[in-house]
Amino acid sequence: MTAVNPTAPKRALPAPDRTFLLVLFFVVTSAVLLASHNQDVLNSSAGGFLRNPILEAVVVSLFLANVLFAYLWRAAPWAKALVGLGSLLFVLPLAGRADTSLLDLSIQIMIFAALALGLNIVVGLAGLLDLGYVAFFAVGAYTWGVFASPRFAELLKFANENPGAAGGPTLLLGVITMLAGLCLYVWFQRRQFDTRAAWIITVALSASLFAWFWIGRSIFTLGEQLWSPTVLWLIFVPLIIYLVSLAVKHQRGAEVRSDLIGLSRMLSALGGVVGLILVIRAINLFIASRAAGLESGIDPNFFWLFLALSVMAAAIVGVLIGLPVLKLKGDYLAIITLGLGEVIRVLANNLDLYTAGSQGITPIKSAAVPWFNSVAGFLGFTEDQHYLLFLYVLVLVVVALILLVNVRLDRSRIGRAWIAIRDDEVAAQAMGVPLVQTKLIAFATGASFAGVMGMIFAAKQTFISPESFNLFQSIGVLSMVILGGMGSFPGVILGATVVTLLNLRILPGLGEASANVAWIPQQVNPGQLQRLVFGAILVAIMLLRPEGLLPNKRRVLELHHDENQEDDSAEGNAGALGTGQSLGETGDVYSPGKAPANENDRSGGAK
Amino acid sequence: MDLATLLPFLVNVIVGGLVLGFVYAIIALGYTMVYGVLQLINFAHSEVFVTGAVVGFEVFRVLAPNPMNGYLKLLIALLAAMLISGGLNVLIERLAYRPLRNAPKLVPLITAIGVSLILQDVLRVIEGFQGRFDLTYTLPDEFGAKFCAAGTGCGGVGDFLRTIGVDLQVKDVILIVVALISLTVLNYVVNRTRLGKAIRAVAQDRVTAGLMGIDSNLMISATFLIGGALGGISGVLYGMKVGTLNAYSGFEPGLVAFTAAVLGGIGSIPGAVLGGLLIGVIQKLVSVMSVLGEVVGSENLKTIDDSYSKMGAFVVLVLILIFKPTGLLGKSNTEKV
Repeated sequence: MTAVNPTAPKRALPAPDRTFLLVLFFVVTSAVLLASHNQDVLNSSAGGFLRNPILEAVVVSLFLANVLFAYLWRAAPWAKALVGLGSLLFVLPLAGRADTSLLDLSIQIMIFAALALGLNIVVGLAGLLDLGYVAFFAVGAYTWGVFASPRFAELLKFANENPGAAGGPTLLLGVITMLAGLCLYVWFQRRQFDTRAAWIITVALSASLFAWFWIGRSIFTLGEQLWSPTVLWLIFVPLIIYLVSLAVKHQRGAEVRSDLIGLSRMLSALGGVVGLILVIRAINLFIASRAAGLESGIDPNFFWLFLALSVMAAAIVGVLIGLPVLKLKGDYLAIITLGLGEVIRVLANNLDLYTAGSQGITPIKSAAVPWFNSVAGFLGFTEDQHYLLFLYVLVLVVVALILLVNVRLDRSRIGRAWIAIRDDEVAAQAMGVPLVQTKLIAFATGASFAGVMGMIFAAKQTFISPESFNLFQSIGVLSMVILGGMGSFPGVILGATVVTLLNLRILPGLGEASANVAWIPQQVNPGQLQRLVFGAILVAIMLLRPEGLLPNKRRVLELHHDENQEDDSAEGNAGALGTGQSLGETGDVYSPGKAPANENDRSGGAK
Repeated sequence: MDLATLLPFLVNVIVGGLVLGFVYAIIALGYTMVYGVLQLINFAHSEVFVTGAVVGFEVFRVLAPNPMNGYLKLLIALLAAMLISGGLNVLIERLAYRPLRNAPKLVPLITAIGVSLILQDVLRVIEGFQGRFDLTYTLPDEFGAKFCAAGTGCGGVGDFLRTIGVDLQVKDVILIVVALISLTVLNYVVNRTRLGKAIRAVAQDRVTAGLMGIDSNLMISATFLIGGALGGISGVLYGMKVGTLNAYSGFEPGLVAFTAAVLGGIGSIPGAVLGGLLIGVIQKLVSVMSVLGEVVGSENLKTIDDSYSKMGAFVVLVLILIFKPTGLLGKSNTEKV
């Protein structure tokens, strides 16, 4: 450890101004990208060379590096704006006109960037390891997929043939249930009860829920037979067991009040969701007679409404999953979220009526925007490319919004609460951070980002099946977050870009290029070794830069703080942390109390 | 189907579940040992386990024309799988986890995922060079025979099994016996030997153990060796039980086994066994739900098919963790402030 006077931190040398270099790089790579995707050039003699998949992947990567450099390098603000906006709004769509796979790739990258940003909130900021993140993506995708495809007509036909109930009473019951559930939830949130009151309320609530199910069952004979006694008992036996176990605990003198209030809140939330489902069912029944007119799904103009609905749906699922499991920590939370993610996938696979099972739903429509299409036509896009350009712009806007929300949240009270929980749960709680509520907000926020992107994903692919939402996707998104640098927004976007580029362009490109090389046996063709190469890159980056590609500054500081405290052992990763060393030199931290003081000093000096 | 036939059927299902459960239990032990020492979810363990299965396949394939005793072949397969899987696990630890000992917890998790992806493709390539993808176990003939078929006679046990209507193959019995032997040996090593004591010390507190003169890196390597060897055994057993596998088929049993480890309380050896057995039985029960549905006459049960069996495992996991967040046999540690 190098001892440096802690009172005189070294000021970092200002980075050289690279405005000229940045603009030059932008112009050159844009020109190359445009040229290599120009139909005339491709048809000429150089075309065969330019069509080489490796070269193409390199060109695309270099071009995307523009945006990264605009962020990283010190340059005049106009140059940064020019490069950032110019490449995303002008050059990329223009190049995509000749080669739609480029637009496709950019949409894919941005979808994953948004997913990574969402997971970053859950894992990076709040420190909740979530291995089932893709479940929320699936919720968003199916929310739109079911309605905007022929599946909807099938559903209505089924409701027509097996009505079970009339629309009116169902709607009434649904609205009442939903309102009652929500009101109760809010009430439990606000009020404090003593233990006896909590017991009475919980038992009453359970009993009324039970009664509600029985009454509902006798009023409606549902076609799906969802309310059969089996389901009833599946729900109520665990509930009764839980209540009994609480009673035993109480007898032994344990404090069960908060458990009871938590259970009551969960039950009322469940009531709200049941009501919501009934309302949806009522709407379903009302329009069941119009099934024939909805052969290809609902009016695509509902896209905008569903954009909001998918956010809500994913957030609700996030809260529902979060409520019971958030008192678990670390790896238990990881495995349980993984399990719930798999449960959602299995449900998607098996609820044939709603999701068409493993066949998947197709075709899924996307929004109809006539004026935008005319703009696209004016720019020279052909008819079938219009929707891609539209989705590209939409995704760009949504990602920008998500980024904005992220940055604002990070600096807000709730963001600091997340970081406090991540760093030390007990201390945060002692400081008055409401644990469950804060974690739930993190879960719901992350989920809502995934939900909206899932919907856009469904619209872009026009096809979704449970296979798109398996565990590998979750792990992929997690690796993006960690690869880029947990907790750092530019980092996770970079991580998403790198991983997506690798998976969709570079590795397939390598495979294609080497497919016809005689001396490479078919078995070790890089096209077939995508997992291996991807895995090796993951391992290598983690070994060389455990903090990620663009680490969060605060996090680097913390890591090194820990290291200095514990005295680095021989195999510590101090040597591997290239970025960390300069920070380590800024001053030895002798006592924990000194670290924040130094931090303040430095930022004060920079101003 | 009436009750007289239903009961033996159920008994058979439960016995089948227990057999499957033993395989899960040994895979889960591999997870739980590594977790107990390093607090790391070793995602690469499912590939270590598949490596063992592939080694077992190769041994059985090579020895198939040899008129050797079937049990000797099995012993060779088990030893080879233990050796290779154990060595592989040590190598993985040395290359991918040890350099990251002081990094945040999620970083080795990602390298574990990376290593597991690498191993999948390496296995596929190695087998691909011989033109194989789906490996089908060719077991010695005597393994496929019925255990205690009429006339062979195996004493009171056989009579008892026949009366309660249990239908076992020889390979199922071998599986249970091998699993029980390895559990006993593991239990002995961990609880009764100096090595086990040192490993437990390192698991409890690495720094203090180091101060007491224990080479913690060596002990961690030893843990990985034992965990890998268990993975090798479970791989061979899994291959015997399932029959067909490929380089990617470690994922699902690995996941289920990890669930089992958490269910029992991760880090606890009896917990892993209990969790594995439970999950095995639950999976079997869920996969015969449709048959039960026909018996009871419930339309809902009839729609539950085999694909729900993994979900059943997870639902049970969720319920148990909600009610007992440390797993069945896990100890809760009080938070120090």
